[in-house]
Amino acid sequence: MPENASALHLVLTGDPALFAIVRLSLIVSISATFFAALIGVPLGSLIALTRFRGREPVIVVLNALMGLPPVVAGLAVYLMLSRSGPLGSWGLLFTPLAMVVAQTVLVTPIIAALTRQTIEDLWLEYRDELTAMNVGPLRRVRTLIWDARFSLLTALLAGFGRAAAEVGAIIIVGGNIQGFTRTMTTTIALETSKGNLPLAIGLGIVLITIVVLISALAWGARRAAERFSG
Amino acid sequence: MSVRSLESDLPICFSEVGIVTSGVAILDDISLTFSADAPTLLIGPNGSGKTTLLRAAMGLLPVSRGRITWGGREVSPPTRRAIMFQHPVMLRRSAAANIRYALAAAGVERAEREPRVVELLTLVGLEPLAHRPARRLSGGEQQRLSLARALARDPAVLFLDEPTASLDPAATKAIEDIVRAISARGIKVVMATHDLGEAKRLAGDIVLLHRGRIIESGPAERFFAAPAADDAKSFLAGELLI
Ligand SMILES: Nc1ncnc2c1ncn2[C@@H]1O[C@H](COP(=O)(O)OP(=O)(O)O)[C@@H](O)[C@H]1O
Ligand SMILES: [Mg+2]
Repeated sequence: MPENASALHLVLTGDPALFAIVRLSLIVSISATFFAALIGVPLGSLIALTRFRGREPVIVVLNALMGLPPVVAGLAVYLMLSRSGPLGSWGLLFTPLAMVVAQTVLVTPIIAALTRQTIEDLWLEYRDELTAMNVGPLRRVRTLIWDARFSLLTALLAGFGRAAAEVGAIIIVGGNIQGFTRTMTTTIALETSKGNLPLAIGLGIVLITIVVLISALAWGARRAAERFSG
Repeated sequence: MSVRSLESDLPICFSEVGIVTSGVAILDDISLTFSADAPTLLIGPNGSGKTTLLRAAMGLLPVSRGRITWGGREVSPPTRRAIMFQHPVMLRRSAAANIRYALAAAGVERAEREPRVVELLTLVGLEPLAHRPARRLSGGEQQRLSLARALARDPAVLFLDEPTASLDPAATKAIEDIVRAISARGIKVVMATHDLGEAKRLAGDIVLLHRGRIIESGPAERFFAAPAADDAKSFLAGELLI
């Protein structure tokens, strides 16, 4: 298995090209998760704690958007950012920033939907006690987010996992330009089709490692939740 | 930051109160007064409306008919009232932090909180478990913590919803002793129970509920010695009210 051997060699010797790709992937997906959290956690909390007309359809759509196909998210962002699109003058298409935008679109519904569920469940549980303690709306939200922090962290990890593993959205808006917008997933897709298996397999190994790491972190968050809050 | 109201919540008056939920009358034609003296015990079988009455008196439930007044006012934020629910929910933090949270919510200054936390935990005998996650405490310990958390609000009126149900005799005695102590301090206690013995031990006044109506109410001594209503007689005789 010379290919696997050279793949491992690439990983273990810290091949610069491979690590540049890994680095960009992480930067893009972590940024996207950060922005998605910035939007998704408040949005999810808001939907969880307010009653308005059309709330249930909104929740159904939000839950459905958790399964938004990455290529569709990519296409939507592409249309916005392309030269003739409404934001075309910003010149973002085929840049890492465009990839961050596309993954933010992809991950926000995941974080918002999971946050909505988590905060709403906790609110049902806490409602009587907090109401009896005459807790105002602001402290209420702070309490719920803080007490749900481990579940919310799990939601962020789920979002990050989705971003790190997707290829459809970033390949459309990033263009897979060597040395500029190549990420792990887009490179794997391209190099495999070109027959350059060692790099593809090396990146595959790194990607799997990251996914396992995320799962371990999520597990750790669960355990911490049990330890701190019983 | 909530401002402590100087006006008293007492007496709490129900006049011809009815509560209807999803078409079902849960309380009907309730008229009674909770005034500042010995504990009032709400008794009655399961489903008779004790919990609903306590929640309404706390101001957590809108009434469908009639009205409730607190110290003569129809609207009164629950700044000097506290309730211990039938199934208390512990916040996901330590025992001490649960009390600290209630103190903060009641507007107690940060510097004053720590001594109060210690005082309240000591009162309910949970000092040694201060740093234990509240949800890991036993049933009886959670009941006591919930009681301490309610007292953190420095209430003038304290509603207790079957605080000793499903507790063993020792844990029950611990709760009843605390109830007597806080009542002696001048806090009005309104407590639901379906345990007649407990009602006898604690009550100044009795309200007997059945199917959302008051069967009989009045001083405990008279109630236990010479109940007037037939249903009250059979309830005291240990018959099942159906
Ligand atoms: N939200 C509600 N919706 C419908 N029925 C209710 C609701 N809350 C209480 N009930 C009914 O009202 C009756 C009185 O309940 P409750 O006040 O809990 O009685 P108790 O505390 O004496 O056991 C019960 O028959 C109960 O099923
Ligand atoms: Mg009840």
